Amino acid sequence: MNQTSNTGGMRARGAALARHPLFLPLLALVALLLLNRAFNPHFFQIVNQDGHWFGSLIDILNRASPLALVALGMTPVIATRGVDVSVGAVVAISAATAAVLIGGQMHIVNGVETYASNVPMSVAILAALGVGLLCGLWNGTLVAWVGMQPIIATLILMVAGRGIAQLLTAGQIVTIYYQPYFYLGAGYLFGLPFAVYLVAAVLGLLWWLMKHTALGLFITAIGINPVASGFAGIKARTITLCVYAFCGLSAGLAGLLISSNVKSADGNNAGLLMELDAILAVTLGGTSLGGGHFSLIGTLIGALIIQTLTYTTYSIGVPPEANLVVKAIVVFVVCVTQSDVVKKLVIRERMTLEGGR
Amino acid sequence: MKPLNSTERFSLGRLFDARLLPLLITLALFLLMFGYGSVAYRGFFSLQVFLNLFIDNAFLLIVAVGMTFVVISGGIDLSVGGVVAVTTMISATLIQNHHLSLWVVTPLVLGMGALFGAFQGVLIQYFRLQPFIVTLGGLFLTRGLCFLINIESITITDPVYTSLAEYRFAIFGCFVSANVVIALVVFAVAIWLAHYSTFGRVIYAIGGNERSAMLMGLPVARTKVLVYTLSGFCAALGGVTFTFYMLSGYGLHAQGMELDALAATVIGGTLLTGGVGYITGTLFGVMILGVIQTLITFDGTLSSWWTRIAIGALLCIFCVMQRLLERHSTGKKRDSIGHQKGVKAAPPARQPEAASLGPNLTLEQPHGV
Repeated sequence: MNQTSNTGGMRARGAALARHPLFLPLLALVALLLLNRAFNPHFFQIVNQDGHWFGSLIDILNRASPLALVALGMTPVIATRGVDVSVGAVVAISAATAAVLIGGQMHIVNGVETYASNVPMSVAILAALGVGLLCGLWNGTLVAWVGMQPIIATLILMVAGRGIAQLLTAGQIVTIYYQPYFYLGAGYLFGLPFAVYLVAAVLGLLWWLMKHTALGLFITAIGINPVASGFAGIKARTITLCVYAFCGLSAGLAGLLISSNVKSADGNNAGLLMELDAILAVTLGGTSLGGGHFSLIGTLIGALIIQTLTYTTYSIGVPPEANLVVKAIVVFVVCVTQSDVVKKLVIRERMTLEGGR
Repeated sequence: MKPLNSTERFSLGRLFDARLLPLLITLALFLLMFGYGSVAYRGFFSLQVFLNLFIDNAFLLIVAVGMTFVVISGGIDLSVGGVVAVTTMISATLIQNHHLSLWVVTPLVLGMGALFGAFQGVLIQYFRLQPFIVTLGGLFLTRGLCFLINIESITITDPVYTSLAEYRFAIFGCFVSANVVIALVVFAVAIWLAHYSTFGRVIYAIGGNERSAMLMGLPVARTKVLVYTLSGFCAALGGVTFTFYMLSGYGLHAQGMELDALAATVIGGTLLTGGVGYITGTLFGVMILGVIQTLITFDGTLSSWWTRIAIGALLCIFCVMQRLLERHSTGKKRDSIGHQKGVKAAPPARQPEAASLGPNLTLEQPHGV
């Protein structure tokens, strides 16, 4: 590295840019978008209709938002060298809570359709978020205070969670008939989908916490060495608990978005395999599963990559079932390229190259 | 990495009974639940109900046995459910649509399962990837392959296959299916492998402390790949028996079976940190899951989702119990977070290498947001 900076110039800056942690994820996203553009000339087109923006890009942004929320919540968890595999189940529980509480009936009063919810919408939303938070606290307690391995601790809720969600909905798919609730997942604010603002808000909040408080440093420290960080005076347990609680909360929020978007809650299928997508998004964004290093923007890009990938498989005529296979290949490729063995090989190559010059 | 000194070895020996405790609790729990069912429901206490536990869970037992080996070695295999599904799918397609013989198809799918397991094992061992993420990718891949083959469910009507699947062995006026025989053979072989073979001992050694096992000159790399190969083979065999059981191939078969297999393993007293576990315990773990289902079926008023909640609750109780035992045996009550498996194994293995990588890699990258 020193040699290159001595020679200076554009090359070095280019090399530094290429080594930036976000370079590869961004490159992948851009490549995917260009691939779509090649198949569909109107891919980048965004049109304004009735004050709302429409287009493939907006669609991807909107549909990626539940995943982005879950993945953003998951990022600090993975940064502490943990993982939360229960988020899919938490999404289902939160969606079920909201759907059962709101329910709603459509009455026709004097020829006008009016909607009534079972309980005020704010109460239902708070309850669903509260349930998500509670799930997160449960996971956090098991990890931080009981001291279980994160995979196992969250596995418990992953197994039981779908049962709980079905218990809430009595095994039925609960349909929601309450117009105002649909705004969350399908409404528009200033021309853009409302969900996008929610993601931006969560991202902003996390960014502020990580950049303007010492929390980011603490989380990284816990990820690198939990014992040492404890000796250094970091309240590792409390922070771990909070990190899992936040993950549960953001999964709860994603559950609200999903149930509002599909106007129903299905205990069995809401958020199915979402934990895997979220972990994939976080990994794609350059956050190491070994903990100690994370990137919020990277996670966001990861979520967008996954949604664009889904969009691409649909649009270029590959059967949608192949989506899982494509994702699996992405997992393997990303993991292998991130692995120490390959990194070492690359470093050795670079060193021999530079040494030869 | 901490070398076993004499005092610790002594304490391990002293605590052997404590480690057997989960197994005894599992056994007691099984008897209790079966006893409760016998008292509460008419017709519950019969040999056939007991044998049905085996008939309905033979495939789970086979899969869980493979999982037990992986967990003892300190890893995890989340791909088993997908491997079971893809096995049912390939078997059904080849037999039903391509009219191949059962005797050709079965070895083929078993080989494919083992090969897939070996592939995952190589990724885990030689690329130093986390078992969790690799097998997660394996789950995606296998499930996706199912739907690439066929979206619909394929029913098997091949006469040889159905007659074999419906064959019943009589026992004291009751009966078991061929699946049960296969499962029990697997169980017996697994006990021999785990407790009476060199291979088994190396697995326990790796689970106890991988680095020590390596320093002792044990074939760690080969064994770890073989463990995942074994798990892939067991999952494929589980898939074959599942095909016998369902007589169809479908991509949504065995959804969540990896969780059931893991739950059975944990409930059976295998420590998730590796190094401790019993194949017999896994048998009782599977039986307990079966009894929960049978109880809910006999009750009739409880809905099926109570099964999942009950399994989750049991899993929780057993994990907490394991944790308490572990704390007791290591005598460390303070650093609960620091005592996770990843912490124990990863840093010593990585840091010496990082130091030799050159100046830019010794520093962790700053946490750029």
